[in-house]
Amino acid sequence: MSTKTQIPHVDYLRLGDRPHLVANECTSCGARYFDRRNACASCFGTDFREVEVATEGVLTSFTIVAFAAPGVPVPFVAGVIDCDGTSVRGNVINTEPDDEHVKLGMKVRLATTSLGTDDDGIEAIGFGFEPAEGASA
Amino acid sequence: MSEDVFILGINMTKFGKHPDLDIQDLGAQAAMAALADADVSMGDMGILAYGNLVGQTFGQQLQKQIGQTGIPVYNVQNACATGATALRTAIMAIKAGECDMGLAVGVEKLAGAGLLGAGGGGGSKDGHHWEPSGRVGAVATTDGRIGTQQMPGTFAQVGMEYLYKNDYEGTPFELFAKISVKNHKHSTLNPLAAYTKEMSLEQVMGDMMIAYPNTRPMCSANCDGAAAAVVVSAAKLKTLSAEQQRRAVKVSASVLTSDPWQEACQVLPDVNTLTRVAAKEAYEQAGVSPEDLDLVELHDCFATAELVHYDNLQLCEPGGAVDFFESGAPWRDGSTPVNVSGGLQSKGHPISATGIANIWEVCHHLRGEAGDRQIEGAKVGMAHVIGLGSACGVHILESSAA
Ligand SMILES: [Zn+2]
Repeated sequence: MSTKTQIPHVDYLRLGDRPHLVANECTSCGARYFDRRNACASCFGTDFREVEVATEGVLTSFTIVAFAAPGVPVPFVAGVIDCDGTSVRGNVINTEPDDEHVKLGMKVRLATTSLGTDDDGIEAIGFGFEPAEGASA
Repeated sequence: MSEDVFILGINMTKFGKHPDLDIQDLGAQAAMAALADADVSMGDMGILAYGNLVGQTFGQQLQKQIGQTGIPVYNVQNACATGATALRTAIMAIKAGECDMGLAVGVEKLAGAGLLGAGGGGGSKDGHHWEPSGRVGAVATTDGRIGTQQMPGTFAQVGMEYLYKNDYEGTPFELFAKISVKNHKHSTLNPLAAYTKEMSLEQVMGDMMIAYPNTRPMCSANCDGAAAAVVVSAAKLKTLSAEQQRRAVKVSASVLTSDPWQEACQVLPDVNTLTRVAAKEAYEQAGVSPEDLDLVELHDCFATAELVHYDNLQLCEPGGAVDFFESGAPWRDGSTPVNVSGGLQSKGHPISATGIANIWEVCHHLRGEAGDRQIEGAKVGMAHVIGLGSACGVHILESSAA
């Protein structure tokens, strides 16, 4: 697969055979950031290393957004996922967006989704979290 | 500790729609009424602290309407804590000994702006060429695709996170809706509230869903409004009339915090830690305990937010907010009445006015002037606001007659 046919929605999403998220981890205190930081907000250190974030986690909070900015399809489930100690923001996808199917504490795993293709034929790939197999919610 | 500071006069306008009044009209109405309530004039003021977030106006524009005396003006912005920040700025000036009287004003015109923080997000970057930009190199807008950045959904998650952490086993939607039922019931006694209609649980739950579990009546109401307060030093107060001294309300604690770093704060704003820190410091400053509070006005920008602040403000045992609510404690006839004004869900939330309007509500009770909704014998009260980003203001107020 050519590296030029796809582009990740955000730079902390790594594509390929095993899509996953990466974070900038402070080498002093271990705080993790998905965005670029000038210094660590926790300990003020300036040295960071890239680390891989677990692709499976537990849904620790969610909302089902029914009313959003123009162009944002609703309803969608927005949530916080505890991925082995790293909190991640993401949508819960590949399930019905209602409180029968989405439950606090449910096990979820990273999944990718297409955002569409631009005029150069490049497909943008986003991510969300889907119910993990065998999860009984 | 430096000199004590008192609220000498305070006022809020009716919250709601004021199509015929501009921002200066609203600010002037509250400011002039606060000065009249204090029985002083602009000529007595040594500082003006002014907050107006959305309208981007300045205190100097207000001065043109109520009195240009050359005093320093501090224009402050601190999200939904803007009003509390303006008040605290005036209090700090007095504590610093720079003046003995000051005026704080918060004003906002929002009627017709839709739900707070919902809709109207930034322009879509979706184009024909994916182009990474910003600190996460996003090729398309992230709001709605990687969670939500809008207020209703953000605060919905704040409440749901609390339930997850405390192993709640009931029905979240119904629990939060009941909190809204309480505040809408309280609002029926507040003639200055934007909405004063009682709502049943069925009506709250059956209304338009904004961001589960928050329906429309569970969200703060965007509206127009202003509030203003005159603060005075203890030494100056002693030189004023017996009536002014009797009605003065002591500011026993004035605290402002920002959000300290927490593991998850980059993905969901942490409105808890800074509130806990502010409350703890406020109780220490005032030398009172949560059991001493006769009423609390807390920042119920959404029904889901009110629940977590019961805990953050130590109104209940740690982890016990659900039990606290279900015991009836925060109803106006309960042990710790919360949001007897109707709260932001009914009274309305003209952002910059909110942090002074909640002080007005508490002062009204401490002075015994709250009419039909008076909490009998109220001596000590707390006012709390949160601005996302984040800022938290907590004030503890005590009746002078205490
Ligand atoms: Zn660090």
